[in-house]
Amino acid sequence: MALWLSDDVIDAPRTTRAAVEAVWRIEAARLVAGLARITGDVGTAEELAQDALVAALEQWPTRGVPPNPAGWLMTTAKNRGVDLARRRHTLHRKLGAVYRDIEVRQDTADTDRDDTIDDHIGDDVLRLIFTACHPALSMESRVALTLRCVGGLASDEIARAFLVPEATAAQRIVRAKKTLRDKEIAFELPTPDQARERLATVLEVLYLIFNEGYAATSGPAWTRPELCEEALRLARVLANLVPDVAEVHGFVALVELQASRIAARTGPDGEPVLLADQDRGRWDRLLIRRGMDALQRAERLAGNGSPVGPYLLQAGIAGCHARAVRARDTDWVTIAGLYGVLRELWPNPVVELNRAVAVGMAQGPDAGLAVLDAVAGDPVLRGYAHLPAVRAELLTRAGRGVEAREQWCKAAELTRNEGERWVFSRRAGQVS
Amino acid sequence: MRYFSLLTATNTPDGPPPGALMAAIAALGEDANSAGVLLDTAGLAPSAKGARIELSGGTIGVIDGPFTEAKELISYAIYQVASKEEAVEWATRFMDLHLRHWPGWEGNTVVLKVFGPEDFGQQN
Repeated sequence: MALWLSDDVIDAPRTTRAAVEAVWRIEAARLVAGLARITGDVGTAEELAQDALVAALEQWPTRGVPPNPAGWLMTTAKNRGVDLARRRHTLHRKLGAVYRDIEVRQDTADTDRDDTIDDHIGDDVLRLIFTACHPALSMESRVALTLRCVGGLASDEIARAFLVPEATAAQRIVRAKKTLRDKEIAFELPTPDQARERLATVLEVLYLIFNEGYAATSGPAWTRPELCEEALRLARVLANLVPDVAEVHGFVALVELQASRIAARTGPDGEPVLLADQDRGRWDRLLIRRGMDALQRAERLAGNGSPVGPYLLQAGIAGCHARAVRARDTDWVTIAGLYGVLRELWPNPVVELNRAVAVGMAQGPDAGLAVLDAVAGDPVLRGYAHLPAVRAELLTRAGRGVEAREQWCKAAELTRNEGERWVFSRRAGQVS
Repeated sequence: MRYFSLLTATNTPDGPPPGALMAAIAALGEDANSAGVLLDTAGLAPSAKGARIELSGGTIGVIDGPFTEAKELISYAIYQVASKEEAVEWATRFMDLHLRHWPGWEGNTVVLKVFGPEDFGQQN
């Protein structure tokens, strides 16, 4: 029975390609997750889901969006699965069960959402996230597979976001799916003793996506807001699925607060504006409020024993900035203290670099330079543009102009980001 | 990108909204929230509790509610989505709940784009 043919649901003006894609974006994660639970394989699930999208793009524009688009997509994908299994003459036991399921459903013409999906759907999406971010996959594959399966992005959108050819993005997904099959990665949640480590891997993938949008490491674009928004959205999805982990809410807080500054990070000619010089009136107050709410939730969970992690600490630092109405109101003493805790938890020369800035603001440039000198020799920072940039900032404030200019020039030379180069070069010209 | 949607009732049957509608609205809100797209939403009290500030003929006047128009603004939502169509889809799902659970109710939702960085050609 063709449910979408009933008169009252036809809505021709809405049924453009973009309208179909909008429904797809809303349903993609649940669809792929539900199919993966049935097939046991994310790759097959993703392919069946894509088949359903193609069918929707063919049929909805002329027949209208069905009353239950999620159920339609699921049924269509399952049918494709059955066809596939028949063609292969290896009627998979699970797909056989699906086929019987579909026959029953077609008899009863059930228009309600498929309850066999709903019962499991939260866990299924979480399984999907863990599988897409599985440590067996390369980082590039994790990012691509997450955006594709959980975010519902097409290969060309992923390619655009990461400034790679579409074939490259598609290849990353193909490779990811193959690895999952070859290594027989099960579609399941991590065991409790692995959960923390695996969650950290998921957050790492989401943060990489966010940062790719927030501070493009190469090329002309300073920010790609769509990518930040997608990372934010996925972070919120995750926080809803694991509501009791402080570090996950800390992560959400961090990205909401960082995203709140996107509009202020770019000047009228597209040039980057650093934190201290930003027009704080352009900060996004809605995202700040959401970020502060998430931070509070994370701190409450931490107070109840959920372990504190590096994202929560960084969110605390971002919260200090968000609370400062003017740059000079910034509570640098608290920020320097939070960096002190962060370095204990997560010894990392880049954290030390940031701590040097904070200590320089809290206790004066000489104290900051002392922190910097202690870490400057670390091989990780070799060739890192922010090392000379931080030194240049501290030297500028210490009134050591000649040395400062030299360091600004060095920073401008090292950075791969054109916007940063512009800022560093301008600072070099400004020191007296 | 961000869209602001504003729900207006043009014909409200007598009596309070059905419980089934309220439950369905809560479920849809939860759905949009777990999808990470619902940034903010709230219901709006009747205009009797509000006021209107008007500038006309060179003077500013404050008029307390209720306003005589039959239309009442009911609620607003702010979505973060990838396209206008996606915002329209969420808003349509919201309207569909009224269609299914409150016979006789009529109204409209206006979906407006909130200006964002993408509207000023700053990136790329």
